[in-house]
Amino acid sequence: MQRHIDLELADLRAQILRMGALVEEQIEGSIKALVDRDVDLASRIIERDTLVNNLDVEVDENCMRLLALQAPTAGDLRFVTTAMKISTELERMSDLAENICERVIELNEEPQLKPYIDIPRMANWTMRMVRECLDAFVRSDAVLARKVCADDDFVDNLTHQLFRELLSFMIENPGTITRAIRLTFIGKYIERIADHATNVSELVIYMVEGKIIRHLAPPALSDKNS
Amino acid sequence: MTSHVETTLALKAEAQELHFYYGGTVQALKGISLGLADRRATALIGPSGCGKTTYLRCLNRMHDLYPGNRYEGAVLLYPDRLNIVDQTVDPIEIRMRVGMVFQKPNPFPKSIYENVAYGLRIRGTTKRSELDGAVEQALRNAALWTEVKDRLHDLAFNLSGGQQQRLCIARALATGPEMLLFDEPTSALDPTATARIEELVTELKQKVTIVIVTHNMQQAARVSDYTAFMYEGRLVEFDRTEKIFTNPSNKLTEEYVTGRFG
Repeated sequence: MQRHIDLELADLRAQILRMGALVEEQIEGSIKALVDRDVDLASRIIERDTLVNNLDVEVDENCMRLLALQAPTAGDLRFVTTAMKISTELERMSDLAENICERVIELNEEPQLKPYIDIPRMANWTMRMVRECLDAFVRSDAVLARKVCADDDFVDNLTHQLFRELLSFMIENPGTITRAIRLTFIGKYIERIADHATNVSELVIYMVEGKIIRHLAPPALSDKNS
Repeated sequence: MTSHVETTLALKAEAQELHFYYGGTVQALKGISLGLADRRATALIGPSGCGKTTYLRCLNRMHDLYPGNRYEGAVLLYPDRLNIVDQTVDPIEIRMRVGMVFQKPNPFPKSIYENVAYGLRIRGTTKRSELDGAVEQALRNAALWTEVKDRLHDLAFNLSGGQQQRLCIARALATGPEMLLFDEPTSALDPTATARIEELVTELKQKVTIVIVTHNMQQAARVSDYTAFMYEGRLVEFDRTEKIFTNPSNKLTEEYVTGRFG
């Protein structure tokens, strides 16, 4: 039986996807602005954060309307509440892309400290996590969502590696401290974006299985029957 | 299906492999095993013809009023484990302990006072002061007292639909039942009267075990602690209401509560 609510839920799904696509562009652009030392691009990305904020509000309003008027239950209910939370996670990711751009603008006041290798690697890995957590949401794919949760460790490790490397620069030459700290921040922002992708994946697992795995130790997270 | 939900609550009644046949041929219940928690509200949901009203009516032997109907299995009423559907048990005794409120308000063509006093009178209470006290208490418990206290001897039909339904609840409460059965109690009422009945159910369940049949899924979600989903004479899923409406275990339950069928 085709239900009216199915059309509404499809709209909501599309809305989240539009927001996700925009957030991916924001993250990708912020890294490009860093690597290319492109202040104009960084400024455009900062401005574009408003679009993501607006979408966040729209998703919220849409979910509230659905909850009030359609009174969804069971799987439908979990879908709507998950969409509402995912929207917040995406909005935070976009904020972090904005933060990267702010540091990029500051970094461009001085010569480049070092060639950027680990940061783009971390960013690529993170962007894949973002894409995959949204795919998992759209396809209700808990297996993919669990993979994204596991991938977060790689980004965490690279963040530590980046920090140690930058620390060595700072110890060697205090003149690099300002730039090294800004780059450390950028590493941290990317790591936080990956954390948000992990949060989205955990929400997807709840949506699919009705099981809350947030705030659990990793073994419980990987065990399907826990 | 598992009918035993993890609970430390005492049961008020429990169906054990209950089968029921209308007119001796049509099987309406096919082996229902379902416990009803004491002083909690249990909602029975399911599409038309699933057997939910049939089950409810077994709980106070309503089916005995028609010839040829047949029960198999048992429905135990606790704490004394009285088998409700045992034909040697007097249905009048059962109905004193298990009251019923119907879909449409059905007050007797008598005064408000006499409607409530009726059950007590047939039980042999004649003392005026005793009747007065019991009538007032029942009307208070049904949240109707303040509205009718100055016109207790008016005809019950002069009340609004919602008031009549609360009068029927007062009438059922007057004999001090242990369990109250509601068969779609608000389907003939407007939203305000419905809200009052729902409030009342929430209050009453502190003293009385409530079983409610409803087609209104949101009503089941609002008023009940436990929900049983029935389909084609069988119990499909029984769990805490919260679980049934957020994360049911059975696919059929999911489809029903999300409105995909039924």
